[in-house]
Amino acid sequence: MLLEIENLAVEVGGKRVLKDINLSIAEGETHVLLGPNGAGKSTLFLTILGFPQYNVVNGTIKFKGQDITDLTTAERVQLGIGVSFQSPPSIRGVSVRDLLKIESHQDIDEELNPRMKQLADQLKFSDEFLDRDVNFGFSGGEVKRSEILQLLAQMPDFTMFDEPDSGVDIENVELLASEIGTLLDKDKPQGSRIRSGLLITHLGYILNFVSADKAHVLMDGKISCSGNPTEILEDIRKNGFNGCVECAQCL
Amino acid sequence: MDVLSVRNVYEDAERAINKKAAIGADITIENFTDEAVNAIDLLDDLDDVGKKTKDTLLKVGVDTEEKNRSGSFLQVDQSNVFTNNSISDSVEVMGMSVALDKYKWLEDYLWKVVKPDADKYTAKTALREKETGETSGYFVRSLPGTKEVMPVQACMFIGDEAVMQTAHNVIIAEENSELHLITGCATGDDVVSAMHVGVSEMYLKPGSKITFTMVHNWAEQVEVRPRTGVKLMDDTTYINNYILTSPVSTIQSYPTAYCDGKNSRAIFQSIQGGKKDSIIDVGSRVLLNAPNARGEVISRAVSQDESKIYSRGHLSGTVPGVKGHLECHGLVLSDDSMIYAVPELEASSANLEMSHEAAVGKISEEEINYLTSRGINEEDAESMIVRGFLNMDITGLPDELAQQTQMMIDMSVDGM
Ligand SMILES: Nc1ncnc2c1ncn2[C@@H]1O[C@H](COP(=O)(O)OP(=O)(O)OP(=O)(O)O)[C@@H](O)[C@H]1O
Ligand SMILES: [Mg+2]
Repeated sequence: MLLEIENLAVEVGGKRVLKDINLSIAEGETHVLLGPNGAGKSTLFLTILGFPQYNVVNGTIKFKGQDITDLTTAERVQLGIGVSFQSPPSIRGVSVRDLLKIESHQDIDEELNPRMKQLADQLKFSDEFLDRDVNFGFSGGEVKRSEILQLLAQMPDFTMFDEPDSGVDIENVELLASEIGTLLDKDKPQGSRIRSGLLITHLGYILNFVSADKAHVLMDGKISCSGNPTEILEDIRKNGFNGCVECAQCL
Repeated sequence: MDVLSVRNVYEDAERAINKKAAIGADITIENFTDEAVNAIDLLDDLDDVGKKTKDTLLKVGVDTEEKNRSGSFLQVDQSNVFTNNSISDSVEVMGMSVALDKYKWLEDYLWKVVKPDADKYTAKTALREKETGETSGYFVRSLPGTKEVMPVQACMFIGDEAVMQTAHNVIIAEENSELHLITGCATGDDVVSAMHVGVSEMYLKPGSKITFTMVHNWAEQVEVRPRTGVKLMDDTTYINNYILTSPVSTIQSYPTAYCDGKNSRAIFQSIQGGKKDSIIDVGSRVLLNAPNARGEVISRAVSQDESKIYSRGHLSGTVPGVKGHLECHGLVLSDDSMIYAVPELEASSANLEMSHEAAVGKISEEEINYLTSRGINEEDAESMIVRGFLNMDITGLPDELAQQTQMMIDMSVDGM
């Protein structure tokens, strides 16, 4: 297993948001995380990432067989974890270009490498755009594309996408999906994929372009059901998340 | 200046010799010596200063090789030890004493935009001129219709312990000329405590532009009281950039621009980094007194250790149709430091537009998290954010000078 979460309970701001999470993701797999607003999906992501506000009160997180529950965020990222944020902050005076250099392990005084320049171009960013302060005044779609571009600089072994498609127009969803595919080894045959991912989506539209192996529904601090992504999404579309509650009862 | 007004200057100064400044800690001037400690030899070449001094000067933007400069001036303690007036045909650079001998009219520019009785520091400077019969400081002037893009560099250097340095500078941009200055202030390696009072009076004749970029790098026990007044006539632009990121005992300054001419424009941009137990009280004031005058005051302050920063700004509009904007942003990095932002807007006419924006807080955890999530460790993330915060785009400088200023800012900010 690449990622193994066992009996995870997490408090944020004194409130227990995650109660008992068990989740495993193998190498080469893409999983989808579903759940109503406020269920704790982003919380799970940021806990895996190790942000200090997310207080693990029980359980463990293992990555590549190593217990990472007590590692700092930077250490986890160096082990190969990456994330695209739902709504990242803007930082004055820190340019996209500088970040891309750091993320692709370049020296800050060097010119940005040709691979990144080409990827920026693919994601429809002009050279001048790269000199803008990160996320400062970016449109919703630009934020999402810049997050994916930064991940392409990092090429993590395990990538978490927090609503990469929300607020993105149809044309751009396809563009993003194709780059997300790169991050998840979708260009390789299923058996030889190495990179894995976990993706949060509400509408599931992006799943038309990014194939997923498994879906999980997060409710009330627990994974209430897991299974085939298409079937689960279909269920939720028909019966809402209430259906998942019933499903949890029968589990 | 006629005899009568000269007498008035000294009388006013005498009356104000114990007058505390309106703001800032009161300094006991008597703790510092105004006797010339060592006679300092004139330099033939600016490059003749010692290696250490060279590095110190370079940090405040003064290049001893005078590369890309249009003139140089160096004052050590009270003596003008070097002047280079022969690089450019467009600008004049002289010690004030020399200039006052050469130009009788120069007296008319003394004590006009800075008053001798403003406080005890200006009073002390005026009375010292009376007692010694010497005026220290520099005179820089751009000739009518000229546009020299290379800056004049001027440096105030304190070389001896417990010195009280005073200077009285006059800068004049003649009609339709453009003038750029870099002024650096610094102390010698073995100076621990000293005092600096610099009176600067600047005049922008119609159609002219001055940019004035000042970098301070004092020793930790130095008391600094610059007093600056700028008079803007019709269609002029004044840009003031101020950078301080090294420890100091106390500094208090509140340069004031008088936009007295129509279409005049004053911009103050400052970067203040408080360290150790520095008390930094720096403001900028723009008086918008003529139609279509514009004022902008932008500051970024970061406090560390036990430092205190008072970041002030004052815009005052007295006629219709003027515009002003004030922006103070502060980052408090340590629990024992503080930033006090004091933005003031004053409107005494209808139909004008003035706004301000002030935000003071600690470094955002969300921003640190964002950077750590890209594999940057927490400490590096913090310093990236601080550097990014301080690193504002300085506008209005010619390309070459803009690049150099950016380098000076980078250098100062890297030390944060
Ligand atoms: N820092 C915090 N302080 C207090 N409460 C928090 C904090 N972060 C998250 N929460 C709470 O935890 C719960 C889960 O939030 P989370 O952002 O994980 O939900 P989500 O499943 O991602 O929702 P959405 O679909 O709306 O993005 C919410 O009730 C939220 O208010
Ligand atoms: Mg969320």
